[in-house]
Amino acid sequence: MDMKQPFEKVVAQHGATVLRVCRVILGPHDAEDAWSETFLSAMRAYPDLPETANVEPWLVTIAHRKAIDVVRAAKRNPLPVEEMPEVPTTLGIPGSGDPDLWAAVGKLRSKQRQAVAYHYVAGLAYARSQRSSAAPSRLHEGQRLTDSRVSERTIRARSRREHQHERHPKR
Amino acid sequence: MDADTLSRLHRRLEQEAEQADLVDVAYTTIDSPLGRLLLAATPKGLVRVVYASEDHDRVLESLAEKLSPRILRAPKRLEVVAREIDEYFAKHRQSFDVALDLSLSRGFRQLVQTHLPEIGYGQTRSYREVAELVGNPKAVRAVGTACATNPLPIVVPCHRVLRTDGTLGGYIGGLEAKTTLLNLEAAA
Repeated sequence: MDMKQPFEKVVAQHGATVLRVCRVILGPHDAEDAWSETFLSAMRAYPDLPETANVEPWLVTIAHRKAIDVVRAAKRNPLPVEEMPEVPTTLGIPGSGDPDLWAAVGKLRSKQRQAVAYHYVAGLAYARSQRSSAAPSRLHEGQRLTDSRVSERTIRARSRREHQHERHPKR
Repeated sequence: MDADTLSRLHRRLEQEAEQADLVDVAYTTIDSPLGRLLLAATPKGLVRVVYASEDHDRVLESLAEKLSPRILRAPKRLEVVAREIDEYFAKHRQSFDVALDLSLSRGFRQLVQTHLPEIGYGQTRSYREVAELVGNPKAVRAVGTACATNPLPIVVPCHRVLRTDGTLGGYIGGLEAKTTLLNLEAAA
């Protein structure tokens, strides 16, 4: 058809498709907001759409854009809720940081400390950590002094953070 | 696909589009003793009353071309008109006080159509008398055409215009409809 159809026809013909597109990106509730934004925006622009234009892809493009807008807005504006959802903490459990261990590590001489760190954090095998700066006796000594209650994960995590801090002191 | 959801979304669109001044033409359809009528209105006023005998889709396409393609089914804007037409057919109303948009007509036809409401409820005039009424006594045939192309039948009472010899003449909605309207108005 050469003439532009009444916009009502556009809504009737493509409303379902647009809703599907929005639902794919968003949940069913937010999809409705995006649907409304899409057709308002389309209606505004409709008189300027060329008569030969293919309406469905045009609408789907708008719908996609509006749905992404909804996603972005939701990320910026956390929804206030009565109860926070349960998620595992990324901060660790207070009081489980092996304070005795860290006190012990702190008492090591620096090369011993390095050996322990290289071994557990850098994952260097005993032999390689020997070659890097510490003598095997230093590693053993370091391990012995910090007992065997080394929490590998804790050391690795801490080392990673400190390493990052060194590279990007401003962070 | 959920039909209820789409209906609900459409109603929301009608409201938000109206608020955003995007609805250049709002339309709805109503039942009447003369069949299903399509009513269309611009923000200026009622712009079209269409009998069932005309193809409603074609009329909407024509409106898209002549006025604007931003046409939406949006009954709210037509609420008052719909009620007044109901009241008219129920013999509770003798004149319409809704705003009219005659921009689909031009020149002499528009002039005639503007004057037709001056013919009172239950009265009639001849084509010749209307020509005289608008100050162009020779334009009898043009008055006939103006009545035949009236975009707002029932509300703009072209049905009250007859031939000088008293015969019906013509009517957009068909002669049966014209008779029904004249009889409705003539009865006490």
